Amino acid sequence: MTQNWLARFADNIFWLARYMERAENLARVIDVTETHARNRSGVQDWTAILEMNTDLKRFRDTYGNPDLGSVLQFYIIDRTNPTSIASNIANARENARTIRHLISTEMWTQLNVLNTECSDLKKRDITPRRVSGVCQAVKQACQAHAGITEGTLYQDEGWCFYGIGKSIERADQTSRLIDIGYRRIMLSGYEIGDRALDPLWTTLLRSAAGYQAFRRAKPIRMRPEEVLGFLVADSAFPRSLYAALSETQYYLMRLFNYHQIGTVREALAAVDDIRAKLVSTDPGQLIKSGVHGPLDELQQELIVVTNHLRRDCFGHKS
Amino acid sequence: MAGKKNLLSDYSQGRFFCELMGTRKDAGTGGLQAHIAKRLSRMSLDGLRRRAAAAERELYNLGITFTVYTEADAIDRILPFDVLPRVISAADWDIIERGSKQRIQVINQFLHDIYHDQKILKDKVIPRSLVTGNENFRKEMMGVDLPGNTYVHIYGVDLVRDETGTFKVLEDNGRTPSGVSYVVENRHLMLRTFPDLMEGIGIRPVSDYGLRLRQALAQVAPKGIEEEAAQVALMSPGIYNSAYFEHVFLAREMGVPLVEGRDLVVEDDKVYMKTTAGLERIHVVYRRINDDFIDPEAFNKKSMLGVKGIMRAYAKGNVTLANAIGTGVADDKAVYAYMPRITRYYLDEDPIIDNVETHICREKQGLEYTCDNIRKLVVKPVGEAGGYGVLIGPRATKADIDKRLRELRRDPSNYISQPVINLSVVPTLTPQGIQPRHVDLRPFVVTGRSTWVLPGGLSRVALKKGSLIVNSSQGGGSKDTWVLEE
Repeated sequence: MTQNWLARFADNIFWLARYMERAENLARVIDVTETHARNRSGVQDWTAILEMNTDLKRFRDTYGNPDLGSVLQFYIIDRTNPTSIASNIANARENARTIRHLISTEMWTQLNVLNTECSDLKKRDITPRRVSGVCQAVKQACQAHAGITEGTLYQDEGWCFYGIGKSIERADQTSRLIDIGYRRIMLSGYEIGDRALDPLWTTLLRSAAGYQAFRRAKPIRMRPEEVLGFLVADSAFPRSLYAALSETQYYLMRLFNYHQIGTVREALAAVDDIRAKLVSTDPGQLIKSGVHGPLDELQQELIVVTNHLRRDCFGHKS
Repeated sequence: MAGKKNLLSDYSQGRFFCELMGTRKDAGTGGLQAHIAKRLSRMSLDGLRRRAAAAERELYNLGITFTVYTEADAIDRILPFDVLPRVISAADWDIIERGSKQRIQVINQFLHDIYHDQKILKDKVIPRSLVTGNENFRKEMMGVDLPGNTYVHIYGVDLVRDETGTFKVLEDNGRTPSGVSYVVENRHLMLRTFPDLMEGIGIRPVSDYGLRLRQALAQVAPKGIEEEAAQVALMSPGIYNSAYFEHVFLAREMGVPLVEGRDLVVEDDKVYMKTTAGLERIHVVYRRINDDFIDPEAFNKKSMLGVKGIMRAYAKGNVTLANAIGTGVADDKAVYAYMPRITRYYLDEDPIIDNVETHICREKQGLEYTCDNIRKLVVKPVGEAGGYGVLIGPRATKADIDKRLRELRRDPSNYISQPVINLSVVPTLTPQGIQPRHVDLRPFVVTGRSTWVLPGGLSRVALKKGSLIVNSSQGGGSKDTWVLEE
C-alpha cells in the first residue's frame, strides 16, 4: 500500500500553498499602500506595486495610467488579471478541488467559501473607504487557511510539498517587497540615513508584517542596514528570506530523510546554496551595492529550485 | 390530531402510492413511518424552509456541486436537495435487497456466458444478434477470465413503485452507475440539519460505503495478490468531468489514489502510477471512464483520457478493471426486456423484483400489442439514451403516433414498449407547501467475493408538479433515503 503522492497532486498542493501565500501578501501590500504609502505631497504611490509584480505594462494596456480605483480593481477583483487576489484565490481553490480527497474537509470548505466571497466582490465593495476592510478580511481568511492547515492536514509528504510551496513563495514575496521599498527610498531624494525616511522604512516593514517584530528586535531607532538585515537574515522573523528558506530546507530534508524521496536531491542542494549566501550577506555592503541586483538573482535562484521540483518530483517533462 | 391544522393536513397523495403514507387506503396508519409522519407534521413550514435554506447553503460551501462549464465561465450547481426524507420499511428493504442481489447474480452469469461458451445464445433464449451485434459487446473480452467471474462490481438498479406499492426494475446500470456520493452526503446533511427528526429512529448507516467498496475491490485483485496488499486506484477523466466531485468523494472514502490516464503507464503488461518517488504498481482500477476511452491502443485511437496498453495488462490478468470491459451489453434496453427470461434460464427462479411489463417489438406478439395499444404505451427506441426518441402515447399527437407506427412496421426490433407507470409519490417541500412529488430509487450493489447492498440509495424526485421525469437535467432533485432498522 503506497503512501507516496501522485506526482501531479504534489504539484497541486505546492501551488495551492503558493497561491494562498501570494493572495495574503498582495492583500497586505494593498492595505499598507492604501493606508501608509504616501509620498511627501500625500499622494499614494501605486506604480510601485505594479512594478513589484512586473505588471505595469500589462496594466497600462488595459487601464491606462494607474489611479487608485483602477489599481484596486486590477489587483482585487479582475479575473482576467492572473495576479489579482480573486485569481489567486480561484487558482488556489482549483488546485484544492483537484486534491480534495487528500486535504481536510475543513481546509476545502473554508477555501471554497473564500473563493465564493472573492468572486462575488464588485467594484462598489472596493471603494477607498471599504478597501482596507476587504483586504483585512482576505488576509485573515488566508491566515485562517494557514491555521486550519496546521491543525488538520495530515502531515505526510503532501504536507511537506505544501510547506515548500508556502516558504518559497514567502521568500519570493519578501524579496520583492524589499526591492520595491528600497527603490522608493532611493527615489525620495533624501540621504539614505536621514530620519525623514523613517516612515518609508516603517512602510516597508509593515508591508512584510514585520514592523512590530522589528521594534522588538531593534527598539532604539531605525537604521537602514538593520532593517535590511532584519528582512534578509533574521532567523526569528518568519517572513525573512533566511527564515523562509530555512523552512524550505526543513521540508526538503524531511522528504529526503524521512519519506526517502531521493528525487528532491537537487532542489535541496540549490536551497542550501541560497541559504549559505544569505547568511554571509553584509547589509552595509548591500546598501553600498544596491539591493536590486542581489534580490533579482535570488528570485532567479528560487525559480531554479521550483524547476528542479517540477522536473524531478511533479512529473513535468522540463 | 383530528381537526387541528398541521404541516401534513393539506397533503393529498392522489391516486398514487405514497412512500410515507402507503396506499390511499392505509394512508398514515401504524408503524414507524406513521411515527415519522407525525413528527414531521409538528414542524412549522417556516422552520422547515429555514432549515432547507441552511442545508442548501451548506451544499455550496462544502462544494457538493457539479460544475457546468461554459465558454466564459465555470458555474457550480448543486443537485437540488429536498429535506423531507424518503423512508423505506425493513420489510420493503428485504425485497429490494434480495431482488438486487438476485439481479446482479444473473447479470454476472449472463456476462460470463456471453464472453465464454454462449450457451444462452445457443439455447435461443435471447437473439444472438442482440448480444453479439450490440455496440457495447466487446469481442476483446471473449475467453478472458476474471477474478471471481465478476464483471459488474458496482451496480445501480433503478427501481420504481406502481400504485399498489410493488417495486419494479426500470433500468439496469452496469457500466458506471453514479450518484452514490449524494446518498452519503445527503445523510450527513440531514444528520446536521434534522437531528431532532432522526432522534430515536433506527436508520441503517450508509457511511461505510467507501470501506466496503475498497474491501470488495481488493478481493478481486489479480491472482497472487493478497487482499491486504492490493493497491486500488480510482480513475477519473479529470477535473472537468461534471462528476469530478463524486470521484473525489469515492477516492477519499476509499482512501485510494485518484488517478487520471496521464498518471498511469503500462510496462511489461503491468500498470503503474507516477508518484513523487517514481513508478508504483496498481492492481485494481475502479474506472469512471467508458470502455472506448480507456485504451487508445485497443479502442478509440483519439482518446486522451486513457492508458496505452492497459487492455494488454488486463487480458493477461495483471490488473482488474471495475467494472469489467464490455458490461454495457447487460444494461442495454433491449436486453433488459429479456431479463426475466434470462433469470429463469440461469437460476430457474422467477425475478424477485420484476421488470416493468415490457413488450418486445422484434417479436410478433409484442409488435401487434404495441401497435394496437399505442395510445396507452410508452414506446422507446432501444439504442438511444437519456430519454431521446421516447414516445409517450397518452400525451402524443396523432401525427407523432402515425409516424411511430410507420417506424414500428419498418424496424420493429429497434423498439420496446411499456405501459405508463404511475410512479409513487413522496411528501416534498415546494413553494406551495408540502406536496406529493414522484420519486424513484437507485440502490447501489457492490460485489467482490460476495454481494452487499448499501442500505439506502439515491431517491430522485421530480420537483415539477405532475412530472414523472426525475433526471437532474430535467428538474429533478434528491432526498435522503432512510432504511429503517425494523
